[in-house]
Amino acid sequence: MTDLSHLKADFPVLANGVHFLDSGASSQKPIPVLEAMDHFARTSYANVHRGAYKLSVASTDAYEAARERVAGFIGATDTREVVFTRGATTALNTVAFGWGLEHLGPGDRILSTEIEHHANLVPWQMVAKRTGATLDHIPMTDDFRLDLAAYEDKLGPDVKIVAVTGMSNVLGILPPIRFISDLAHRHGARVVVDAAQLVPHSSVDVESLGADFIAFSSHKMLGPTGIGVLWGRMEALEETEPFEGGGEMISDVTLHDATWADIPHRFEAGTPPIIEAVGLHAAVDYLESIGMDQVLAHDLELTEIALDRLSDVPGLQIQGPTSLEDRGGVISMSIDGVHAHDLATILDEGGVAVRSGHHCAKPLMRRLGVAATARASFYVYNTEEDIDALIGGLRRAGELFGVGS
Amino acid sequence: MSLEDLYREVILDHYRSPRNKGHLEDPDARAEGVNPLCGDELTIELNFEDDKVSEVAIDGQGCSISQSSASMMTEAIQGKTRAEIETLTQQFRDMMSLDGEAEIELDPDRPGAVLGDLESLQGVRKYPVRIKCASLGWNVLLEALDEAPLT
Repeated sequence: MTDLSHLKADFPVLANGVHFLDSGASSQKPIPVLEAMDHFARTSYANVHRGAYKLSVASTDAYEAARERVAGFIGATDTREVVFTRGATTALNTVAFGWGLEHLGPGDRILSTEIEHHANLVPWQMVAKRTGATLDHIPMTDDFRLDLAAYEDKLGPDVKIVAVTGMSNVLGILPPIRFISDLAHRHGARVVVDAAQLVPHSSVDVESLGADFIAFSSHKMLGPTGIGVLWGRMEALEETEPFEGGGEMISDVTLHDATWADIPHRFEAGTPPIIEAVGLHAAVDYLESIGMDQVLAHDLELTEIALDRLSDVPGLQIQGPTSLEDRGGVISMSIDGVHAHDLATILDEGGVAVRSGHHCAKPLMRRLGVAATARASFYVYNTEEDIDALIGGLRRAGELFGVGS
Repeated sequence: MSLEDLYREVILDHYRSPRNKGHLEDPDARAEGVNPLCGDELTIELNFEDDKVSEVAIDGQGCSISQSSASMMTEAIQGKTRAEIETLTQQFRDMMSLDGEAEIELDPDRPGAVLGDLESLQGVRKYPVRIKCASLGWNVLLEALDEAPLT
């Protein structure tokens, strides 16, 4: 058993005893992250890339050091390939609007998936409408995996981009990104991966992952809200136009025209999330001090225990695979006759925080034939006690609603 | 306030066996609503006779609170005029917005107990995020009334 129980004391929010099982929505922040941001704001803060004064230089150095740290964390060979955005959603919209509007037109196809989070689906719907391209979807098999045979069939010269999740926020599955990317590249298509659930929980190497763009958020990986990352292969970023204009992103501006700053700054219009970048840097330090292999092993050990114990809860169904193969620490569940919101309220009474609802994946909910699920997701601060509380709450819900009686 | 106070038996009964569930053929008024945050859905259809509700049907899906509230509502508005329904809606909303500690008397048969079974929903006040669940049916009802052929 990977014992990370000593880490819990680093998370002040958890001191009140909450069994926090909603890290898939957003994670808690450890003291080193909070202190790094506080210290930076108290000692070194100024706007970046602008001032000639010492404080601005210090601030710029800290901001760029965060970029370098993130690049190292995800195995990017070129630090310029790391673009800071407001979050994973903005990163995905940068690809949809910055790349999509340039390269898509009538007759082209965008290939997304049936299991996608709205953040990697709705931007493509918007761009399809604007460009005249059509949007198609890789279906899900009945055992909760992407249908790779259907994917191969759907690929063709008209497919220009494949938009796929790196880890489903509902099912917990890990689609084979390398396989999907290689196949897409053989057909000349780009690949954008929503890695918001993947990067926080496993060791990711963008070179071996094989995609062209990946997007993730700081707030799901122990860092602050307000900052995310778009990694793009340099040649893919070179094909991408800035999605927002403003300060910081220009090289020269006249009254009627402007030229762009170099990559990555051309994608970072306006004052960036500077304090947040320092927080993200500290979050990466914290995660690497644990070791991403340990983080994943711990998630999976809890997932295995939970899946085993959930199988004994009357009336409970897991919406996702019940084996650990190609799976992360997210478990969606439903109990016949108890709506997910009622489950969440009852669990909350026992101090258990889970997400309930459609998880920003309404098409997937329809495919699963459920209106909503309750979802438990694990992270470094969770322990078996959290699972005990979860199981207790689920049994209580079943009793209150007379499930199986 | 315990979970048993929130999930009273009468609520669970309406949740499991919603009253007036289904659809009316060619209804006088119809409205549908959705709670975009949680995805709860409800459709209401109404027929009128002599400016009073003669038939009502609901269909939808959602949590026990939203669906039981709508089910109880269909029983409460039978035979009522628009003005009476608006009064009832206001009374329901007043109950939901009462100070969390205040409790109204829970005897649906007492004189002046206009809300009847609906009073069982007062436990929802202690769970502020769930008030929107209890209110869904009533919001959709008012929309349906807006298109109703009433004076």
